[in-house]
Amino acid sequence: MTTPAIRVSHLWKLFGPERILRTCDRPETFPEALKAGAVAAVRDLSFTVAPGEIFVVMGLSGSGKSTLIRSLLRLIEPTWGRVEVGGVDVTALDGPGLTHFRRTKVAMIFQHYGLLPHKTVLENVAFGLKLRGVPPAERRAKALEVLARVGLKGWEEKLPSALSGGMQQRVGIARALATDADILLMDEPFSGLDPLIRTDMQNELLRLQAEMRKTILFVTHDLREAVRLGDRMAVMRSGSFVQVGTPDEILAHPANEYVARFVHAQDLPGRKKQTQREKVVS
Amino acid sequence: MPEFHVAGWIDAFVDWLLLSYGALFDGISAGILALLLRIQAGLEWLPWWAAVAITILAAYSLTRRPGLSLILGSLLVMVVALGLWPLAVETLAVVIASVVLALLLGIPVGVLMAESRWANAALQPVLDAMQTMPSFVYLIPAMMLFGLGKVPAVLATLIYSTPPVIRLTNLGIRQVSPEVQEAALAYGATRWQLLKEVRLPLAMPSILAGVNQTTMMALSMVVIASMIGARGVGEEVLLAINRIDVGRGFEAGLAIVALAIVMDRLTQAFARRWETPGVP
Repeated sequence: MTTPAIRVSHLWKLFGPERILRTCDRPETFPEALKAGAVAAVRDLSFTVAPGEIFVVMGLSGSGKSTLIRSLLRLIEPTWGRVEVGGVDVTALDGPGLTHFRRTKVAMIFQHYGLLPHKTVLENVAFGLKLRGVPPAERRAKALEVLARVGLKGWEEKLPSALSGGMQQRVGIARALATDADILLMDEPFSGLDPLIRTDMQNELLRLQAEMRKTILFVTHDLREAVRLGDRMAVMRSGSFVQVGTPDEILAHPANEYVARFVHAQDLPGRKKQTQREKVVS
Repeated sequence: MPEFHVAGWIDAFVDWLLLSYGALFDGISAGILALLLRIQAGLEWLPWWAAVAITILAAYSLTRRPGLSLILGSLLVMVVALGLWPLAVETLAVVIASVVLALLLGIPVGVLMAESRWANAALQPVLDAMQTMPSFVYLIPAMMLFGLGKVPAVLATLIYSTPPVIRLTNLGIRQVSPEVQEAALAYGATRWQLLKEVRLPLAMPSILAGVNQTTMMALSMVVIASMIGARGVGEEVLLAINRIDVGRGFEAGLAIVALAIVMDRLTQAFARRWETPGVP
């Protein structure tokens, strides 16, 4: 069996007042902290993602999915647990080690793009390489190549503000691809886009993925998107996974009422008629 | 309630500074004077019509507004017509020297305050004191340490005019979008890279607004600076006040306002060039 690209074990993240969190140093103390007013954004999560897989975490806002994805590269510091990404024990890294890890192993794509508004499209795409100390000519060549691959040839010298939302997110994707990281973390990348553009971007991602075979952890609140993109998916609620499986399994056998409500609430292709009939009956 | 005074300690402290570090203060004084005289020599070398031409060209290249550029030029012509140009040059030299020093000190301090919560908490009350303490309170010890003339004038101007650029540098950095900063961190930016690549460039409009404010505050100190022997337009105001010469005082006041408007519009126009579209 191959080693997983991402392995998360017993991950916890508690938020709350400093005086409560101070005493939280191991899981046995967590129930008490939760009673005292702390909140568990991520609650004892364990899962693995295989190399080359798209793993979608689907949940509503407040389910902890944003905290989870940020914990993987310690943009948010986990309270407890172990995170291994690309064979690196992220939770054990010191400052310089963490910086090196972020520069080489993972690349993140954000809901609000997170582009640098004062830099051109080309400079934005080359940004990760610049941080790593790649010489200007080399990073320019790489950025041009990646921009062509996401269909932004000719836009290199524009500022991000001159681009539409969909194009800005293409820049975000190009920036991630330029680093040649094997693992992509995508935090609701298409949620801010118009429905038609969103479908285009999903197709684009699937097309790129067919060429690249990256490992992708994809966070969304949209079940339809999760089903379209995911090789496997997890439904997340209040810090835990309610159900993990392939989209087909989850659509066919919702583990509980919560997942079932999700499945029925969305007009999924192929299930549309059935859902409407059920609504009439109930 | 028994009274408690610190005045005795302050006196003793200033005396001690004078005795122990006299040479150091002479050195600082010489350095500031050298900077000041160089700036003044440069300005004096320039004929007034060249200064007017440079102002018009600079204003036009920054704003592309011919009307505004001509108005700024004619404000300087007015100063010349009032016969106050040589004095205005001396005033400008003090203002420019003060602003240069204020920026060299203020921008790094503003960055430090944005980066460190501790520095922010410690320096806020210092800034408040610098802006509200009546200038004469520190003019007297400044004269004792640096003598009469232009150097204590520069120092007094520095104390009064540095806080705006510090505050606006600090504020500008704190207002940089957290999302953009998070993205930079996710790609492995170190603290220094984050500052250099993201926080400082995006704070630039705010920092330049601080430069503008600092310049204005420096100009507003010229009359007070004249009281401790810095010559210039401020001295003209003082003389007019002493002789109750209303008309002469008004002319000198007009000249100061003209200089202020020219410097304000030029620095604002410069600041506006730095704004990036898409940044609030």
